[in-house]
Amino acid sequence: MSEQNIDGIIEKYRGQPGSLIHALVEIQHENHWLPREVMHKVADALQVPFAQVMQIASFYKAFSLTPKGRHEVHVCTGMTCHLRGAARLRSKVEELTGLKDGETDADSRFTYETGACLGSCSIGPELIVDGKHYGRMTPEKVEDVLKQYE
Amino acid sequence: MPKLQSAAELEKFRAELLAKRDPAKPCIAVCAGAACDGMDSAAVAAAFLAEAATQKLDGKLEIRTTGCHGYCEKGPNVVVTPGDICYFEVQPTDVPEIIAATLKGEVVERLVYKDPATGAKAVHMSEVPFYKHQTRLLIGDNPKIDPMRIDDYFAVGGYAGLVKALTTMTPEQVLAEVKKANLRGRGGGGFPAGSKWETTRNAPEKTKYVIVNGHEGESAAFMDRAMLTGNPHKILEGLIIGAYAIGAQKGFMYTRHDMPLLEKHVRQALAQATEYGLLGENILGSGFNFECELHFDVGIFVSGESSALMRSIEGNAPEPRPKYIRTSVNGIWDKPSNLNNVETWANVPQIISKGAEWFTSIGSEKSKGTKLISLSGNVVNSGIVEVPMGTPLRTLVFDIGGGVRDGKTLKAIHFGGAMGGSIPADLIDAPLDFDGMSKLGAPIGAGGLLLMDEDTDMIEVARYLMDFLVNESCGKCVPCREGMQQMLQILTRLTEGQGRKGDLELLEDLIEVTGVASLCALGKTSGDPLKSMFRYFKPEYESRIVSSAGGSDNK
Repeated sequence: MSEQNIDGIIEKYRGQPGSLIHALVEIQHENHWLPREVMHKVADALQVPFAQVMQIASFYKAFSLTPKGRHEVHVCTGMTCHLRGAARLRSKVEELTGLKDGETDADSRFTYETGACLGSCSIGPELIVDGKHYGRMTPEKVEDVLKQYE
Repeated sequence: MPKLQSAAELEKFRAELLAKRDPAKPCIAVCAGAACDGMDSAAVAAAFLAEAATQKLDGKLEIRTTGCHGYCEKGPNVVVTPGDICYFEVQPTDVPEIIAATLKGEVVERLVYKDPATGAKAVHMSEVPFYKHQTRLLIGDNPKIDPMRIDDYFAVGGYAGLVKALTTMTPEQVLAEVKKANLRGRGGGGFPAGSKWETTRNAPEKTKYVIVNGHEGESAAFMDRAMLTGNPHKILEGLIIGAYAIGAQKGFMYTRHDMPLLEKHVRQALAQATEYGLLGENILGSGFNFECELHFDVGIFVSGESSALMRSIEGNAPEPRPKYIRTSVNGIWDKPSNLNNVETWANVPQIISKGAEWFTSIGSEKSKGTKLISLSGNVVNSGIVEVPMGTPLRTLVFDIGGGVRDGKTLKAIHFGGAMGGSIPADLIDAPLDFDGMSKLGAPIGAGGLLLMDEDTDMIEVARYLMDFLVNESCGKCVPCREGMQQMLQILTRLTEGQGRKGDLELLEDLIEVTGVASLCALGKTSGDPLKSMFRYFKPEYESRIVSSAGGSDNK
């Protein structure tokens, strides 16, 4: 991620306070987290108080205020996945990565999060790594999937 | 493509498009819906394209990547036309065989549907049990459409409703038709869409907005995403017609940020509609101007609530407002704003092109048309189902869904996600109907239907749902923020076998207070699943209290 890209996003929305969420979403997608100095830049450019930027950034779950790992691991905890055994899948992922919901490991390899519902209920329980969906996941198969991500 | 300047130009364009297409030319449609995608349908589609390129089949065969076909359980799905031959659980290695058979007009027998009990095969979509009991008015076009190509939508008659509305009807007539059709909101409330439109239309402000609510936060509901990803123009067409009737100049599509394919398809649809002159100034020479913007929810359930959603579009935190401020009159930036759910908008084009009379001939007495249902949980055939309103739940669960998985018996049917309700298996003959299901305590909600088998612990289900809502509350209202937390603690205690005497009475109190004193539906209906469980499964709750009291209370 280059600083240029972030600046480009911010420039696009300069002077448009109503576009705060758009700007933050794009930066989050690009950079995977929102550094404080970037949020200051957003506040200045879009002419919104920094406190409001923080309010939005800390309120919505899609925004991260800390750096994320190289790979984002999600376990769906939606209702169907839950009925079909997501809890066992969660325990296995937590055991393998040593992470709890929302944490990133010291090597920045994985960020682990749970969330509902990702809409692929028919193939639950589901593991999603960097946006790639792994359907009908079992605790036995998790290790092989995670191994592919260094 | 130059802009289409008039209805006649559009129809001429459509005729030319259809003349170029040979209905006898085989087409292989590979589903790229959310579930098939999770089973790596992308590899299947890539294999088809590669094989077609190697064999130089350009003129003989078409490969199309489409949105969700519906039968998610058996993905990756492939449908071959003509004949709607359905292949299930297709792997890249099956590709050469399917292509060879298709070119010869034959069927690959080993990939078609086999009845698990009798072994009887079903080749065509109209024979597959999952499909044959459905009425697929909304989702039926999905296998025929590459969502990246507006031409495919034109080819199935797309934008004919808009043409009819703009050229032969006044906005008042469009509104009257939708009111006559008695189209009720598909997002959960079942409120008549026409009345809502009228309120916004009659509001004094000149600037008005229309909104597609594609947030779909309800757990285990996935049909709106399938519609928006698989056939975005249908929803857009409905929105433009609605804007014309209401007198809105601008629309917003509000949807999930976590589906890259959905975003890609909607962006493309908006760009192509603009290019063809279906969005922008003087649409089809009618003098009507309309533009549409895409917005994303950023990961919180409450932003699907209408007033919260509008706050989010303004760039603010999605905190709901009191309901006495009606968004139909004071919505986005305090302008009149009409919001409907994806499925509601998707119904509009067919109501206009085929008429209210046709629409009201489908469905039950007070709920008209079809309803999309996301069927999941402990069901054999999970997927997206479309049936006429009034269809008995039994048809959904057994004829279409194939019953309960692993040969177990059905314990409960749950509708409406975390704010819905559960009914016991013996109510299975109840018809799918807004009012009827509400009376039973399991309102349809957006249409997420879950089967729960005999092993399901209803207290654990209630705890799970409460845990979900606690995490999703925006925290504005104390009763919602704190009341749900207390309910969660009690439910957790019950599931851990630590239930105390008086816990159930305490829960009943909390349900009532949270229901009365919260601003939006999240808090108001947070106790609904529990209420339905107290109505039908109370002995199960009571038994937890007795047994956790160490048996001393045993009668």
